[in-house]
Amino acid sequence: MAGMTIIVRTISRLLFPFMFLFGIYVIIHGHLTPGGGFQGGVILAASVIMLLLAYGIERAQAKVNVLQAELAESLGGLILVGLGLLGVALSIAFLKNVLPFGELGHVFSAGNLPVLNISVSIKVAAGLLTIFYAMLRLQGGKE
Amino acid sequence: MRQIIALSMILVVGALLVFTVNEYLLPFGAFPERKIGGFENESVGQRILQDAPKTTGSANIVTSVVWDYRGYDTLGEATILFTAVCSVAMLFRAFRRRG
Repeated sequence: MAGMTIIVRTISRLLFPFMFLFGIYVIIHGHLTPGGGFQGGVILAASVIMLLLAYGIERAQAKVNVLQAELAESLGGLILVGLGLLGVALSIAFLKNVLPFGELGHVFSAGNLPVLNISVSIKVAAGLLTIFYAMLRLQGGKE
Repeated sequence: MRQIIALSMILVVGALLVFTVNEYLLPFGAFPERKIGGFENESVGQRILQDAPKTTGSANIVTSVVWDYRGYDTLGEATILFTAVCSVAMLFRAFRRRG
């Protein structure tokens, strides 16, 4: 899959860090402001897919290749289930909010919720990227 | 004949929809009050709105419902996404191998 013209390349190169940072902001503040793990993960995946469309498949796979994306997706799911089992180990119920709550409205608060948001965002971003790579392969793109 | 049946079914479904949102059956805009499970005059939604910041420590009530009150449901969503990714990868790899 070839890249696009220099206009698109320049704009997407300038836009990529801001999109990535905005995705991370949506994830980190998932328990304070609208948004959360799923939405922020989709923004992260969209930023990498934008780079892929502008520069071609090789440049995007230099950042994240297929194996890394699949590993990251499985890792996100493992962290999710591991936190659920931590609730069983430290308390009585699966997925119980066992970490300390902190002060309401601060970034480091709400116990398990930010960690769950981060893990599900890794999972969603890597999963969407894996779907995109797999569909691209049907079009004749190299892996 | 099929057209007549289809038209009559559309009319029946439309009449049902209009009948369902009738204000005598379901008052629009008012929380339904259930007097079960320790709820006297308030609904479940109002209880969550009042208690969520205290019981979960999260300022965003949507996140506290999604990850704390209904954590199993969200874990199921993540499982659905995982299954979808696995099946898409499997399907398109099989297409590629066949040529």
